[in-house]
Amino acid sequence: MHHVVVGAGPAGVIAAEALRKLAPKAQVTLVGDEPEPPYSRMAIPYFLIKQIEEAGTHLRKTADHFAKRGIDLRQARVTALTPASRTLTLADGGQLAYDTLLLATGSRPVRPPIPGMDLPKVTSCWTLADARRIAATAKPGARVVLMGAGFIGCIILEALARSGAKLTVVEMEHRMVPRMMNDTAGNMIKDWCTSHGVAVHTGTKVDAIETKGDALRVVLNNGSAVDADLVVSATGVRPNIELLEGTGIATRQGVLVDRHLRTSDPAVFAAGDVAEGIDFSTGEYSVQAIQPTAAEHGQLAARNMVGLRGAVHRGSVNMNVLDTLGLISSSFGLWMGKAGGDAAELLNRERYRYLNLQFEDDVLVGATSLGLTQHVGVLRGLIQSKTRLGGWKRKLMHDPTRVMEAYLANTQALGFNATVLK
Amino acid sequence: MLKALQLEPEKCTGCLQCEMACSFENEGVFNPSKSRIKVFTFHDEGRFAPYTCSQCAEAWCLHACPVEAIVINPATGAKDVHADVCVGCKVCTIACPFGTVNYNADSGKVIKCDLCGGSPACATACPTGAITYVDAEHTGYERMRAHAAQSLPHS
Amino acid sequence: MAWQRKILRVNLTAGTCTPEPLNMDWALKYIGQRGLASKYLAAEVDPKVDALSPDNKLIMATGPLTGTMAATGGRYSVITKSPLTGAIACSNSGGFIGAEMKAAGWDMIIFEGKSPKPVYLYLENDEAQLLPADGLWGKSVWETDEILHATHQDPLLRIACVGRSAETGCLYAGVVNDLHRAAGRSGVGTVMASKHLKAVAIRGTLGVGNVRDKRAFMDATTAGKKTLKDNAVTGVGLPTMGTQVLMNVINEVGAMPTRNMREVQFEGASKISAEAMLEPRESDGKPNLVTNGACFGCTIACGRISTIDPQHYTIANKNKYKGASGGLEYEAAWALGCDTGVDDLDALTYANFLCNEDGFDPISFGSTVAAAMELFDIGAITTEHTGGVELRFGSAEALTWAAEVVATGTGFGKDLGLGSKRLCAKYGHPDLSMTVKGQEFPAYDPRGIQGMGLTYATSNRGACHLRSYTVSSEIMGVPVKTDPLTTEGKPELVKAFQDATAAVDSTGLCVFTTFAWTLADIAPQVDAACEGGWTPETMLEVGERIWNLERQFNLDAGLTAADDTLPKRLLKDAAKTGPAKGQVNRLHEMLPQYYAIRGWTEDGRPTDETLSRLGV
Repeated sequence: MHHVVVGAGPAGVIAAEALRKLAPKAQVTLVGDEPEPPYSRMAIPYFLIKQIEEAGTHLRKTADHFAKRGIDLRQARVTALTPASRTLTLADGGQLAYDTLLLATGSRPVRPPIPGMDLPKVTSCWTLADARRIAATAKPGARVVLMGAGFIGCIILEALARSGAKLTVVEMEHRMVPRMMNDTAGNMIKDWCTSHGVAVHTGTKVDAIETKGDALRVVLNNGSAVDADLVVSATGVRPNIELLEGTGIATRQGVLVDRHLRTSDPAVFAAGDVAEGIDFSTGEYSVQAIQPTAAEHGQLAARNMVGLRGAVHRGSVNMNVLDTLGLISSSFGLWMGKAGGDAAELLNRERYRYLNLQFEDDVLVGATSLGLTQHVGVLRGLIQSKTRLGGWKRKLMHDPTRVMEAYLANTQALGFNATVLK
Repeated sequence: MLKALQLEPEKCTGCLQCEMACSFENEGVFNPSKSRIKVFTFHDEGRFAPYTCSQCAEAWCLHACPVEAIVINPATGAKDVHADVCVGCKVCTIACPFGTVNYNADSGKVIKCDLCGGSPACATACPTGAITYVDAEHTGYERMRAHAAQSLPHS
Repeated sequence: MAWQRKILRVNLTAGTCTPEPLNMDWALKYIGQRGLASKYLAAEVDPKVDALSPDNKLIMATGPLTGTMAATGGRYSVITKSPLTGAIACSNSGGFIGAEMKAAGWDMIIFEGKSPKPVYLYLENDEAQLLPADGLWGKSVWETDEILHATHQDPLLRIACVGRSAETGCLYAGVVNDLHRAAGRSGVGTVMASKHLKAVAIRGTLGVGNVRDKRAFMDATTAGKKTLKDNAVTGVGLPTMGTQVLMNVINEVGAMPTRNMREVQFEGASKISAEAMLEPRESDGKPNLVTNGACFGCTIACGRISTIDPQHYTIANKNKYKGASGGLEYEAAWALGCDTGVDDLDALTYANFLCNEDGFDPISFGSTVAAAMELFDIGAITTEHTGGVELRFGSAEALTWAAEVVATGTGFGKDLGLGSKRLCAKYGHPDLSMTVKGQEFPAYDPRGIQGMGLTYATSNRGACHLRSYTVSSEIMGVPVKTDPLTTEGKPELVKAFQDATAAVDSTGLCVFTTFAWTLADIAPQVDAACEGGWTPETMLEVGERIWNLERQFNLDAGLTAADDTLPKRLLKDAAKTGPAKGQVNRLHEMLPQYYAIRGWTEDGRPTDETLSRLGV
């Protein structure tokens, strides 16, 4: 039996390791196309600010990690997939046959159709190679324009600002992190950034990037322009599905998978950013390009690849956590709410504190927070366990900070001390 | 046999000795805000509930960590955070459905219960026996884990 | 050392918050909390100031062991000049805010001046801000707590505040923290409100890390905890029954002040005792007591968390009182119950909830109601004054009505808020006030416990049991049993208790530990935490220094030896029943000797030699 995993990001690595555990005798091959050992894009910002060395981004810390486990890690680019013969064609002309295949090819930055995007000082921030390039330019005092203030943009924003660059952020939508935060929270993050010396233009597009001497000139659609030594583009990502063209395997935005993370070809599975799987909250298929979902997908795909029964994907909860210059924000599930549901909200603009809970009946279905660092995961727990809150819903409507108590009261056997005293 | 923390809320008086013991053991400071175990107060009901990581089998935090900073300690079965590896991305804090991995802004890292390497300070400090460190199978702990598993089937 | 070495000075007039270093010379002479803050007050405030003027200051102070793992290391005190007594006031409270202040990096906060508008102090580690409290003024303690938690979205914010009683001038209003813990006595809350300071909200995440010798500290505190656990009072009695364990005991020895101290035994005591609180009631089969609860770091956990019978008349249609909250401690049960002749446990619990909800001292309140009931009994107060309420001994309805009007400072509640001394004077019978220096008595009749007579008469904050709890020796035999009916040896006993207690009150520890601990248990904990070389002897010396400092403040404020006395009733009217039948308090046999062993003159002034020996 030969299980092949294409893509050495978190989903691929976790799947390869799980396959090894679940099928000790099978052959497991992990194919990645970047020169470095498998690494985490999540860690790149910390590499950018030199908090960690490049090795600190590596998903696994020992050089022989994969070899020791009998996982054949190969650096190769897959150029073609032939489902009929269950073979992969590699860029060096070689072939790789599989019995089951996991596509964990991830995603890549979208390149907006703007004149000047191909100038040398314009870059995305996606790979370690990008990061090295940015680190070389984004010195203290350097003028940097960041295009896009989505989740990824904001992660980079933090790193760019901390590295001392003079930063201007341009976001097309009318608030920051528009796909993760509501108006209130997105605009509070903007205010926070502004008060920390970052220029933020929301509702603004970049019309063109021009050369200006040794530097760049970024022309905005509001009539103004910003000079820059570096432009970083973070205008979104899209799944790497080119490999599937002409294979007959169904794709939409990503690779369509069923509740077993299986594609329309029974021998081919998909996980992570490339997979268009079930969203826990909506029940619909969508791409969730987030680390926890990649990890879940990787685990679950492996179980299904070895034929374990009951390894059903119930959907992943969409969630994100951001640290924007020290302001920590998170959102979960249906943070935007559900029609007919109730919402509880606490807002303190002066102190940048915000908590918003969204309910359907007496079940928590979504949440947004700013400034919350303690027990924040319980929001996910309450959403994913679909805990019926009963009387605690009323208490949370009154005081949404008591989510941990609500969770404990509904899931743990809490007795009364007086019964012990007697 | 692995041991586990047994939490019996009905014996808790809310004194926070456990939180101080935890912070002192791990940070060298009496500082409940840095404790890995927390006592939750239900004022209207007159109840107190100590709660911390149950070292769950699913290990949501461990799997969510992008840099392998959370690993299983084979001696205790605990999921330990290696602070030198943790980059502070906080993904584990949102991934843990029990809310027991927390970000410590002062260190820029996350913190969670590691059973103090096999001799939990909270259990030693608890004056009422609400927190004990016992053979895992002898506790309601397995039930607790079963409940966790049941309420949160692996997606 | 376990001091944070930092004080926050808050000038309410100017609206400024300024950090300054702790005076370490003083810290080594006064330890912390009660002693050290009294030193600051004496140094900074003219003892003659009007207590409610901006010239008075209010100090919130922790001790070096506050916020540490020492058992009961969660205490803090509020020190100011009292509007009730005109003497120095130090009210001690548990709960969690003291430890939070310490964890935020502060040993004490000194409030001075008066804010032009209501404000609250928000303190998060080094960040201190005075924020507008317009939306909080006029709110109860419970509402204030809720609003501030919502405003800051922080369930772990610890809050101390005043209720409506303080705002409306009740002279025995306290500062309530953590919903139902209070620096309750002597009107310290009234002073706080007079400064337009509604609340102090603290979040501390720095912790207490700088104990002198960590290993020795852990050894000493662990040994101390074992001693507490093995002791019958601190290991069993207090956690199970709370201080209410005393209700039946004190009643049996005939030292239960009853109906404004007309009698010394209360026939209804068993109905409002600890045992009664554990009895399931008819309506819902649940006992009054829900659980015991601990203050920060306390391994005793004497606190009572109670509910009121859901069928009880007091809480019909009042949902906010239907949950559990701080229940009856002995002193409160006595003042609200025995002293008013009311034996309805639920009415008492309700009145106690109101004391917490709007921040007034249940001892002074109950005693004042008792005095008002006696005035009503003799016709000096009538239904015309009360707006129709029959203020009779034994009437639960009268008691709970009184609590409601004092809470909000409405109608006759204004008169009741004056305290017993001023109320009795106003209605023409000053002798009926059971007070010393204007402060109401607690729950031990000095006719049946002679040492407590001297305790009350000489207490620097007016009648108070916690300044020298000789009950411990005279009734419970701790550390040695003495005869409650004799005066012999009592001056020495009172002095020893006063000095030791002053020292304990300055450490951050709870005086209840002394049922099990002596200074020989406490000194090693202080010594391991702090520089200064602490022994039982040096601690006693600090205690004596504090006592004399407080005394000197009071003398400078205009008090004299004539104020070291008891109401006539206790000196002339003999106890009618019980073991103390026929007894009065023989203060005159004790006081001169007490002055002598204190090194004071015959008119109760510390001699120059005494002051210089102690370095006051």
